[in-house]
This record gives sequence, C-alpha cells and structure tokens, in this order.
Amino acid sequence: MHPLTVKLLRDLRRLWAQALAIALVMAAGVATLILGVGAHKSLSETRAAYYEANRFADIFANVTRAPKSVTASIEALDGVAAVEPRIVKIALADVEGMAEPASVMMVSLPDDREPELNRLYLRQGRMPDAGSPQEAVISEGFAKAHGLRPGDSVGVLVNGASRRLTISGIALSPEFIYAIGPWDLMPDERRFGIVWLPEATLAAAYDLDGAFSNVIVKLMPGAGEGAIIDAMDAMLERYGGLGAYARKDQTSHAFLDAELQQLEAMSRVLPPIFLLVAAFLVNMTLTRLVALEREQIGLLKAIGYSSLSIAWHYISFVTLIAAIGIAIGFVAGTWLGAGMARLYATFFNFPFLVFSRSPDIYAIAAVVTVLAAVAGAIRAVSKVAFLPPAVAMSPPAPVEYRRLFGGALELSRVFSQAQVMAARHLLRWPARTASSVLGIAFAVAILVGSLWSFGSIDRMIDITFIRTDRQHATINFTEAKPLPALYSVGNLPGVIKAEPYRAVMVKLRNGHRERRVALTGKPPGAELSRVLDLSLQPVSFPPSGLTLSSSLADILGVRVGDQVEVDLMEGSRRTLVQGVAAINEGYLGLTAFMDLEALNAMLREGAMISGVHISMDENEMGAFFEAAKSTPAANFIALQRVSLQKFRETLAQNILIMVTVYLVLAAIIAFGVVYNFTRISLSEQGRELASLRVIGFTRGEVAGLLLSELAAIVLVAQPLGWLIGYGFAFAMVQGFSTELYRVPLVVNPSVYAWASIVVLTAATLSALIVRRRIDRLDMIAVLKTRE
Amino acid sequence: MGKATGRVKVQDEVFRTIGLSKVYRSGAVEVHALRGVDFTASRGEFLVILGPSGSGKSTFLNIIGGLDTATSGQAFFLDQELTAMDEAGLTRYRRDNVGFIFQFYNLVPSLTARENVQLVTEIARSPMKPAEALEMVGLTDRMNHFPAQLSGGEQQRVAIARAIAKKPQVLLCDEPTGALDSQTGVRVLEALTAVNAEIGTTTLVITHNAAVSEIAHRVIRFANGEIVSQSANSTRKRAAEISW
Repeated sequence: MHPLTVKLLRDLRRLWAQALAIALVMAAGVATLILGVGAHKSLSETRAAYYEANRFADIFANVTRAPKSVTASIEALDGVAAVEPRIVKIALADVEGMAEPASVMMVSLPDDREPELNRLYLRQGRMPDAGSPQEAVISEGFAKAHGLRPGDSVGVLVNGASRRLTISGIALSPEFIYAIGPWDLMPDERRFGIVWLPEATLAAAYDLDGAFSNVIVKLMPGAGEGAIIDAMDAMLERYGGLGAYARKDQTSHAFLDAELQQLEAMSRVLPPIFLLVAAFLVNMTLTRLVALEREQIGLLKAIGYSSLSIAWHYISFVTLIAAIGIAIGFVAGTWLGAGMARLYATFFNFPFLVFSRSPDIYAIAAVVTVLAAVAGAIRAVSKVAFLPPAVAMSPPAPVEYRRLFGGALELSRVFSQAQVMAARHLLRWPARTASSVLGIAFAVAILVGSLWSFGSIDRMIDITFIRTDRQHATINFTEAKPLPALYSVGNLPGVIKAEPYRAVMVKLRNGHRERRVALTGKPPGAELSRVLDLSLQPVSFPPSGLTLSSSLADILGVRVGDQVEVDLMEGSRRTLVQGVAAINEGYLGLTAFMDLEALNAMLREGAMISGVHISMDENEMGAFFEAAKSTPAANFIALQRVSLQKFRETLAQNILIMVTVYLVLAAIIAFGVVYNFTRISLSEQGRELASLRVIGFTRGEVAGLLLSELAAIVLVAQPLGWLIGYGFAFAMVQGFSTELYRVPLVVNPSVYAWASIVVLTAATLSALIVRRRIDRLDMIAVLKTRE
Repeated sequence: MGKATGRVKVQDEVFRTIGLSKVYRSGAVEVHALRGVDFTASRGEFLVILGPSGSGKSTFLNIIGGLDTATSGQAFFLDQELTAMDEAGLTRYRRDNVGFIFQFYNLVPSLTARENVQLVTEIARSPMKPAEALEMVGLTDRMNHFPAQLSGGEQQRVAIARAIAKKPQVLLCDEPTGALDSQTGVRVLEALTAVNAEIGTTTLVITHNAAVSEIAHRVIRFANGEIVSQSANSTRKRAAEISW
C-alpha cells in the first residue's frame, strides 16, 4: 500500500470519533434527502401510475338528475376523451357489531360493461352481477375495518329503505385513495366506506332510470380544463348542476397533493442544512489537522511530493469520511423510507406502494454529499498544500490576539481572565465561531421547526372542536327538508338541543377570482355550531351579507365591506351580489356563512334545512345511535367527538415517530458540532491548559476554561436557533397551507424550551466526553516541548 | 491527606527527600529514572541542578513539584508528605506553594503580560499585584503586550512574574534559559536571583549549562538517577557576571 494511503487510514483511525461525528451529520443529510425525495417520488409516481392504469377522471360534476343523452353533448366538447355518467349517493349503513351509524358512498357501475373511467382495482371476489340487485363491491378499508369478506352482507339505507347487500368483491379505486368522510378530519374507515353497485340497482332505488347524478370526464392530453368546466356547467345547469370541478378540488387527490407539498418542503429544508453543517465541520477539522501536520507537509514536499498529491491526500481523507456518511445515510434513508411507505399504507389506499429505490436518488445524494465535503476541505487544504516546502517546514507565525473593543471589555473588570481568554480565542477565529454558532442554531431550529406543529394542532382542535363545532353530532339530510324536520330530530332519544343549518353549493366571485364552496346558513344565536370572528368572538349574522373564512377571503381578495357575486347552484339558481359582512377564523376548508333566513330568502325556497346539529346526553348515546341508523331522511351522521378522538389517536402515533426522528436529527447536529468544536479547541489550547494545570489550576478550572467557550457558543446559538426555527415554522405554514386546511402558526414558549433542552443535553453529553480528555492532559510533556 | 496545607511551620528545611526512586515501565523494559535520592533544600536557598539528559534531574523536579509520583521513597515539603498526596492534594500544593518556570515560557497567547499574571493572582490566596510582579522582572512598560509581541527573554520574564505573583514558597525552573541566547538568558537569571533575594523564595534551577551554576548558593549534580555531588559556592557571582 502507498505510504500516504497508510497515513490516511491511520489518521482516520486516530480521529475516528471526530470523523464519525461528521459522517453522522452527512448521513442525516443523505437520509433525509433519500427519504424526502424518495417518498415524494414514490407517492407521486405510484399515484400517476395508478391513475393511468385505472383511468382516473380529470373533471367531476354532480347534478340532481340529468338524462343520459347529455353525455353525448359532453363527449362532443373539444378536448374530452371519455365521459362516464354515474349515480353517486351517500347513505347510512348498519354494520353488525358497530354501535355508531356508519355511512357509505354508493357509486354505480355500468350494467353491461367495464367503467370507462375510475376503474376499480379488484382485490378479492368479483364485480357485482348486474342481474343481482343486492350484490355490491365494497372498499378495502371499510372491509378490513369490519372484517368483511366476499359473501358477507352489510345493511344500507338506500333512499330511506333498508336493504341488505351481499358483498361480491372487495376493491380499491383511484377516486378514493384518501377516503375521508364529510365532516371528518382524518379517514375513519370504520365509519366511512365506498360501495359500488350495479347501475340498475341505484337507478331503481333513486328513480334515476336513464339518468345520472354524477358525471366524470377524462380529457385529451393537453386539453384545457377551464373551458370544459364552463361548458359543462352551462349544459348541466338546468339539471341541478352543482358545478363541475377539476382534480385539484377532488378530495382524495387534493389530500395527496397536500402530502406531496409537505414532503417537498421537507426535502428542500432538511438536507441542505445537514450538508451545510457537514461542510463547515469538515473545514474546521481539516484546518486544524493540516495546521498540525504543517511540518510533515513541508517534509513531504521537500522529498518530492507535489502540491496536488498532498491536496489529494487530504481530499481523499474527507471523501472517505463522506463515504462512511453516505453509507450510513443510505441504510438509514432506506429504512426510514420503508417506514414512511408503511405509514402511507395506513393512510392511503393504494393497490401497491413501493418505496422508490431508484438509483438516481442515491446517486444524487452521494454526489451532493461528496461535493459538500470537498467544498469544506478545499480552503483548509489550499492554505498549506501550496506553501513552499521551506516555509511549510518552519513553524507557523504565532497567532496574534487583539484586545476586545479597544480594551473596554477587559477594563470593565466584570470578566475573569478565563472569560477574557475564552472571548479572545472565540473572536480570533470569527468564521469558525460563527459557523459553530450557526450549526448549533440549526439543531435548535430543526426542533423548533418540527415541535411547533403540536401546539398549532392543539389550536386547530381548540378552535374547531371546542369553540366552533361544539355539537356531539351532525345529522345531514339526503336533501333539504322543511324546518319541521328539526323537531323530529329533536325528538330522537337523548337529544338535548337541536340546531338547524342549511348548506347550498355556490360559486363566489370577485372579478376573475372564483371559488365553488358550500354556503351555510345558521340560525341567529347558534350555540352548538358557531362561527367565530378573528378575535374568536361569535359572529352574529346581519340580515344580509356573507361571512367568509379568512382563507377564502384571501383567495377571493376581498375584505369586510367588499361585494361578492354569488351564483346559487341550487334553489332559484340566481346570481346576485352580497356584501362581505365579516371574516371568520377557520382552518378547515373554504367556508362561507350567512343568516339561515337570509339564505333561504335568497334561494326563494321558504324555511328549508339541510341538516341538524345536536347535543345530547352521553348516557343515551346507544339509544340515539340505534334510532339514528334508521332515520330515513339522513345520509350521514357526523360524530364530532368520535372524529376528534380518532384524530388524537392517529396524531399520538405519529407524534412519537416524528418527535423521535427530529430529536435524533437535532442531536446528531448538536453533537457533531459541539464535539468537533471542543476537540479542536482542546487541540489548539491543550498546551496552555496543561501549563495552567502545572501552575495549580484544578481539573475543574481548566475544563471550565475550555467549556466556557463552548457554553458561550451554545448559549448564543439558542436565540438564533429560535429565530431560524420560527422562520422554518413560518415557511412551513406557507408551504403546508392548502385550500383543504390552513395551519395556524402557533409557536408556544414550551417549544423553544424543549428545543433548547434537547440541544443543551446533547451539547453537555459531548462536552463530558471531551472533558475526559481534559482530565488526562499531560502536564510533564508541556514543560519541555514547544508546540 | 492533601488537606493539611494550611499551617506552615517556620522551619529552615523546605524540601526533604528520602530514598526517592522512580521507575518507568514500558512493556517489559524498566527505566530507573531516580535511584534513591536523598536531598534537602533550605528556605531562601538558590540551587542549581546540573546533569546530562536522562540523568533524572527533571524527574526529580517533577516529583517535588507535585507533577509526578514516586515509585518508592518519600518527599516532604515542609511537614507535608508529597508522596502521600492524591491528585487533588498535589494540585492544591502546586497552586499554593509552587511557582513553575518552563523552558518555552508556556504563556497563554490570548492574554497580555498583565493578564497572564492576573490569571494566577485570581486563584491565589494572598498574591501580590500583577503590576508589582511585572515590575520585579522589569516589564512595567510591556505589561499590555501579548506574548506574540514580546521577545523570548521578555516572555520568560512574564513567566517569572506569573510564577512569583502568588508569592510561592518555592520556584522550580526547568531549563529557564534553554531557549534563549546568552544576553537574554542573563536578564532572566537576574530576575530570578532578584526575586530570590527580595522575597526569599527557595529556587531550584535545572540546567545543563554549567555557567549558570556560578550564581547558585549550592550546586547539585545528577547522573544516572542519582545525586553524584553537591557543592556550595563560597562566593556567588552575580548573573550579570556570567555568560555562555
């Protein structure tokens, strides 16, 4: 073996702890890159492949009842590739052994052919036989949640009539990858499922022979959505069209988009931090190594080694460290990626979800890491490798120190000599000190930037469930009912209070900005489901005018007092102008509210309601559920308390995983920076410190000298880390906000405290490891040797 | 053990060693650095220890300076047995009683001359003022310079000021002029003899420069781990009178 290679391996063995600390930081960068990019890639590619294979539609529209002949006119639109008319209805389901009512979305399947669009992916059994009206295929999540298999049966309230459906098969659909029920925060597969039935069955039950209630459209490649949506709206208006919408507003697709957006945000932020920290750790460590080996380098050059071969020797050294980091990062990234894929499998219903192990991600991660390492090394190496041998062999000029602030600091007499010593040493190498501060600040920031989300979720829960939607349950009617329906709900067992609401689809427009939303009418003085203004006070609706959620107001670009055009897509189907009366706080979806009577007046329909919010006696839940399951008028019963519990359970599982991952990442940075910083500082000042031991400083005092430098760095890094962390949190809020939900930026003081506690602990642990070396300083050696 | 440093008996004998031996073991090889050294030093004495490299003089100084432990035998400082002290006791002993001067000065480069002295006075029990210590070595006008801005001789005089500022009982100097030229070395020796004369600090100077021995009260010669001869100078030369 070449002697320089032997030296390289021995250096690595001698400096293994520092090298490992750097390699781990690199590994964290590699792992988060593989995880972030890999998960993004696998999710988006799996989705695309699934959409492609099962012909997922591009445009969706609901109508009251449209004749099938309309299909041909849609098909004739320029850019339309395929059209599939369907019947889609939500209904209550009664599953054996389940106390609460569940709901299913019933979707028709063509009787005589395979669906053109949104084809099912059959997992078990077979498609229903068009000749057997009681046969159905159910979604896999619902089947699993209830242990249902082909041959089993499930009770569904089809248009008010109780029917038992026999399960012929179990399937997945690209339409319901994220199968979330109305009013839910997270998919609850026990309480919401999909049932696919022969068209004939649903047409007969809902009196939709030769008609459809839902139509989905696939576009030709490159066709523009906007024009086709407008054309469809015009065509479907007279059939009670509720407004066509594109994929981006399709629930399942939009939730996947939100997830992809978050992954992208993560892979933009985390890997660069680690690689940056790794680069300056390499720089710091190598600068010291090269300084110590200055005379050796001079010697090597004197005997004929070229500057380049010496530079290459040190570059190889850091490349070797990078290789170790990359190897660890590959393993960790792959392992975490597999874990992420498992986590996705519980949230998303894909027929297949393989974590992407495409070599290009690995190659990119490796190349980027080596580049970061080499970038860190270049300055350190070039300082010495290109010195003439005679200069390199002579000792370097003594380090010059300066008094601080013209001596004001020292004269203040507040500081001990030990503190002055620490301060001057830190300020002597400002770049190194600053990068160490920044490195530790990043560790703090990573924690602040991840832990804040719990506080903001708490706030979302508080606002949504404790202050806004305080009802136990919401009964949603199949179609609008006259007000007296409120009283029959009020008479259900256990109901204490019942509050009506009316919801209609509208298009709100300000200039060219337009959104299709549900406009909800509420009675004055509502106490169960309230609307809160930005200072969290209940909004009392004026006789006219809209109350918009702040996110909707932002999208439309309107403020209180502005006018908004309202296209009613139900009832009178008029277009009229309403003022914006108030802006409300709301994190979920885009919402618009107004007074119930005013809404009904606008619709010219008299006193109609879409559903009822209720509070009830929790001891009588059982009886209520039993009665509610067979309420013919209802198609969905939202149970806010159950939703909240489910939300919290899911969160609790994810919190543990997430906190662990981020703790490890932050600890790796903190440890890496502190350990290397302290080791280098010790190496530079070891001789001074040993001299101080000789003249009577205790081990504790000497350790205190060195560790006070470290303490200064770590302490200065805390507020900086909080600030950067707040910046991360702010950027994440921007990155995470979608029309589905908006995340409030709430960074509780405890987040800063925890971030600092974790980083200080990691710093203390690594300082204790170095402390052992301080205790073993060789006092006798320094008496006789020059550095 | 090492706690009994509080009371200092007034007595003439500052150091006493009895059969002091040190064996270094590395693998199967044993090196006898000291072979039963018996030695005494009196208060205020200025001693020069001569001997070739490897004669054991540094090992001897390290043990009585509390930097190293003996393999056998005893060493006393006043009435305290150094050879019975633990690590903390030895640190305490060095801190309260010993001033060290190194061959390469070993100043803290980030502190000025005054601050280097202050570093010691901050932890000592009844130190002199830093300026006073620097004045004794003739550096009043260079107090605010950093070590890198001082010549070798000046740096060594700062080291002397640092060592004497805590008013130590003993001053132990290992080759204090080893890195200096004759003229500068003489100035350093002048500072050492001045301190010895003014505050009566017992001073041990290791050197292999025989010329230095002429300024001592007594000269000890080491060879092969033993004291081979001791001689008192009937007349001491002043530091300024010697050269090499």
